[in-house]
Amino acid sequence: MEQDSVRIFIMGKGYEVPKSLTIMKAMEHAGYRFVRGCGCRGGFCGACGTVYRMPDDYRLMVGLACQTVVEDGMYLTQIPVFPANKATYDVEKLRPGLSDMVKLYPELTRCLGCNTCTKACPQDLDVMNYMAAAMRGDIAKAADMSFDCLMCGLCAARCPAETVQYNIAILARRIYARHVAPRAKHLASRVDEVSDGAFDQALDEVTKLTRAELETLYNERDIEPE
Amino acid sequence: MSYTPKMNELIQVVEASRQRRYAERHARLSPEEKQQLLEAFHPDYRPDTMRPIKVGVSKGSVMPHELVDVLESRSRLDPDRFSSGKIDYDVDVLVIGGGGAGSSAALMAHEAGANVLLVTKLRLGDANTMMAQGGIQAADKANDSPVLHYLDVMGGGGFANKPELVEALVHDAPLVIKWLEDLGCMFDKEQDGTMVTQHGGGTCRKRMHAARDYSGAEIMRTLRDEVRNREIPVLEFSPAVELLSDGEGTCTGAVLMNLETEEFFVVRAKTIVVSTGGFGRLHIDDFPTTNHYGATADGLVMAYRLGGRLVFLDATQFHPTGAAYPEQIVGLLITEKVRGLGAQLVNVYGEQFVYPLETRDAVSSAIIRECLEREKGIVTETGQHGVWLDSPMIEHIHGEGTILRSLPAMYRQYERFGIDMRKTPIIVFPTLHYQNGGVDIKNDTSVTTVDNLFVAGETSGGVHGRNRLMGNSLLDVVVFGRRAGVAAAEKARHVSPGILSLAHVKRYHKELEDSGLAKDKPSPMLLPSYARHQHVPGADPAV
Ligand SMILES: Cc1cc2nc3c(=O)[nH]c(=O)nc-3n(C[C@H](O)[C@H](O)[C@H](O)COP(=O)(O)OP(=O)(O)OC[C@H]3O[C@@H](n4cnc5c(N)ncnc54)[C@H](O)[C@@H]3O)c2cc1C
Ligand code: SF4
Ligand code: SF4
Ligand code: FES
Repeated sequence: MEQDSVRIFIMGKGYEVPKSLTIMKAMEHAGYRFVRGCGCRGGFCGACGTVYRMPDDYRLMVGLACQTVVEDGMYLTQIPVFPANKATYDVEKLRPGLSDMVKLYPELTRCLGCNTCTKACPQDLDVMNYMAAAMRGDIAKAADMSFDCLMCGLCAARCPAETVQYNIAILARRIYARHVAPRAKHLASRVDEVSDGAFDQALDEVTKLTRAELETLYNERDIEPE
Repeated sequence: MSYTPKMNELIQVVEASRQRRYAERHARLSPEEKQQLLEAFHPDYRPDTMRPIKVGVSKGSVMPHELVDVLESRSRLDPDRFSSGKIDYDVDVLVIGGGGAGSSAALMAHEAGANVLLVTKLRLGDANTMMAQGGIQAADKANDSPVLHYLDVMGGGGFANKPELVEALVHDAPLVIKWLEDLGCMFDKEQDGTMVTQHGGGTCRKRMHAARDYSGAEIMRTLRDEVRNREIPVLEFSPAVELLSDGEGTCTGAVLMNLETEEFFVVRAKTIVVSTGGFGRLHIDDFPTTNHYGATADGLVMAYRLGGRLVFLDATQFHPTGAAYPEQIVGLLITEKVRGLGAQLVNVYGEQFVYPLETRDAVSSAIIRECLEREKGIVTETGQHGVWLDSPMIEHIHGEGTILRSLPAMYRQYERFGIDMRKTPIIVFPTLHYQNGGVDIKNDTSVTTVDNLFVAGETSGGVHGRNRLMGNSLLDVVVFGRRAGVAAAEKARHVSPGILSLAHVKRYHKELEDSGLAKDKPSPMLLPSYARHQHVPGADPAV
């Protein structure tokens, strides 16, 4: 084996790959062409959840294939889709607090506090505690703590209570943004102005300007200080 | 994955020069210098990166080779063997592409009472929209107005933008932010609900709204959640491979392909919205890209065969600072904010070679020159070129803690791979970022040259002219996605289902043959080939 390569096992088959690669690029190096399990390739979409185990360890580890570097002896498989439970709702009609959360996701209260989800999260979120906040009906805290969630599903995959943390988290964020955070007043009044046609004439005029006239206006516009 | 010993040696040179550079301000380019630099090194200006297309409605238009290659290819379908005998889905509005534009269109068409089907190539939301970090523009503060926003968009686009589209963009911007706020999209706000807004490149007012540094993700996951709440039918891993027509320039449906079984399906629709995003994964001029896996220009290819005119595709947006190391994140975006905070661009001799806040095209060109012509850049183990972006300078200027406070996502990105950007510089190279041009549309997103076909989002052209400003494309996709949904649903009320044929493809094939162009590889590409043995140069330096 070359010094710069490692041996990995993709769904049981062994391949030698350069050691600096991510799991995603290592699989491509081994000749795989992704259909599933690959989205943004940059740690944003959560499409590439992967389960792996190291040779001398009994534990199953999880990570994102596009963000995790291969190691010698890694034994891996992808789990790109979770047939997870997702409640449907009209966000307008929901109310902050515990009762709507539990109505939509009764399994929420089954959390055992085992912390497996936190250990699984590739975003290093404190999943157990955002779930605890949700269970207290503390929507603001659950929304804030879960904000960086990619909805990759790895937490849910390992949860002994079979809760779907990330769907509960987005519910909390939508309720928070819709009903808890104060509305932007300047936005509402601007929307009224636009709807009343307050800018229609000015916009109509500016679309008719010649390039030279536009350039002058552009160069003369004042810039709001930093 | 931290730096190699060789790189660590080079870093010492950067460190040794930091104190000297602290006091030094690199001269700005004169207009002539800038022009020369662009002409010699910017892919848009170099004649060898493009050629005129030989077939179709925009025959003679100059576009990047990689795009012309897929446009001058044959369909995946044989028009002579196609039969519309079996219709698998029969709907009012078919939306092709499940990113920000497609999801907005589906929601609005559904709200208007249409029977909607959304089909997408990967999962719903596996899209460029998910990756946008910076933010979304809208003139909703008292000191701002849609007219000022209009000026900024036009100035950014070189005054070449299509006025009616810019007017629609800035007019709808506050409406769109309100719509998203109502849907429960978690924008950054002050205690009293005031939106936190910042400047972006080329803005005269602070109108960049953000949701931490996951702005696009927050918008995308909210829209996706809503599409699912309304139980709008979605077919994932089912890209469209061809549009169907009545043979006369009216779109009547599409053919889909199940990506796993490669089986084809026929959709008949009264109106069709194409919102398949951009072309980053064509790796124009071999550049790495910030784009998601499915950004392969499929919508351009399909719409072009049916007669959609293509505009502004000779202008491609490169972002000067893409990650060039470590290998895992090559091509990913390093936000402009890093330079804004004072990080300088430095060669292997510890010298600055360009003022870091020149326009994006000039900074990109200067980095390319430093690496390829002057050979004063770094070459990584995988052959990737790059220069130093001296991030520790930020804390040198603004004090310890600035990076954690102002660039947390960026810090995390590098920290994952054992690189502490507070203490060591990072390596960057320009990356292919955005498709400025696309299909020519009117302000209701209807395609100027094809009936019952609508195009919204990055696939369309004209909104941004020759150059898009940050924060205006997230806005574009929601504004025109919504307009497409409304217009497609309205139009669908007045048309009856048409006949389904590939006559337009047959004609296109004939034109290809007559020009001696029948390529072996069919298009649309659907997915890039990174598996070894099918290696795309520059795409993926997998040894
Ligand atoms: C890293 C990054 C950062 C960015 N930052 C910002 C920012 O801060 N602010 C800003 O305004 N803009 C930003 N942009 C640009 C902006 O995000 C995109 O231009 C915009 O989101 C495009 O939206 P869309 O809906 O047109 O396309 P996408 O969001 O890309 O969606 C297109 C969808 O169509 C699907 N598709 C493709 N082909 C087919 C087919 N044949 N059949 C069916 N479906 C298909 C794709 O899989 C995808 O789901 C950024 C872009 C990137 C890549
Ligand atoms: S919270 Fe769960 S779904 Fe969200 S990023 Fe963490 S592991 Fe993935
Ligand atoms: S894994 Fe499940 S049960 Fe365990 S702490 Fe997390 S949510 Fe609770
Ligand atoms: S591919 Fe999107 S997170 Fe890995």
